Amino acid sequence: MHIPDGFISAPVSLIGGVVAAGLIVVSVRKAAATLDDRQIPLAGLVAAFIFAVQMLNFPVVGGTSGHLLGGLLAAVLVGPWVGSLAMSVVFIVQALVFADGGLTALGLNIILMGYTTCFVGYGIFLLIRKVLPRNKSSVVAASAIAAWGGVVAASSVFTFYYAIGGTGGAPLGTVAVAMIGVHMLIGIGEAVITGLTVGAVMATRPDLVYGARDLRPALTLAAPAGTAS
Amino acid sequence: MNRTPVKLFVLLGIGVAVILAFFVSPLASSEPDGLERVAIDQGFESQAAEHHFASGPLADYGVAGVSNPSVSTGLSGIIGVALCFFLAAGLILAIRWVRRRSAVAVG
Repeated sequence: MHIPDGFISAPVSLIGGVVAAGLIVVSVRKAAATLDDRQIPLAGLVAAFIFAVQMLNFPVVGGTSGHLLGGLLAAVLVGPWVGSLAMSVVFIVQALVFADGGLTALGLNIILMGYTTCFVGYGIFLLIRKVLPRNKSSVVAASAIAAWGGVVAASSVFTFYYAIGGTGGAPLGTVAVAMIGVHMLIGIGEAVITGLTVGAVMATRPDLVYGARDLRPALTLAAPAGTAS
Repeated sequence: MNRTPVKLFVLLGIGVAVILAFFVSPLASSEPDGLERVAIDQGFESQAAEHHFASGPLADYGVAGVSNPSVSTGLSGIIGVALCFFLAAGLILAIRWVRRRSAVAVG
């Protein structure tokens, strides 16, 4: 979903750049307030892993492909503040080094694929966790569903960009239907990859999963009692 | 319970990322992605400007001068994985360092 230069007008792109810079400053401040040393290599790992998986376009219908965005995955693993910073690093590297995603559109892309999937996704994740039982499987299920929601939200944000600054004169209604429709399919891939990854981490080091922090005391208490889980 | 140490966990994770970036990325679909598909179908694809760095050494996930397309894509993937790891970890390290210094200054 990397927006190239030219799809969205220069003024809207400029505003996007300013808003994205402001969001990054907020993330830095919020991250600083809660950091622990383990988050240094984990943030690096999250950015590296999401970069790698974003290269893996999978086919969806009708000669179209999709790839992971990854914001919800980042948010569940290291929290939305550190996660949004890791995502921003990925989009900056992609735009500056790999010529993927326009330079003037960089701010728009950071908001769309980074902050939207991170924060809308994490909001959905928290809501689903409230409904589901408090256990490991719920963390995985909530991650998968919220990942799908984050991608659909991002496609809606693109539609909003197109409404306020789209070029080429395509009718907004059809852009909205096409954009959100195809991303409801691509989001299934996002859900599968996110669910598998969160599941793998939950199986190895559940205590490192930010979105499962509430399970930590229960895990340490349950282990010596030999409770089946 | 035997826990995987954090260092080993991160190394394993990076190992998976490197394998995906080098061996799996050349197999990725090259069909247009969701946004490109919409732009083609809705007729605004031609609005896209050429990227400022389109002729850069790693543009479009390939290493300039490497003729084998799979190796070129795979190597660019490893470079990207390394860049993202060090920049993101470095950013968080810098935030931590600044916070410690300001904490010392206040205290």
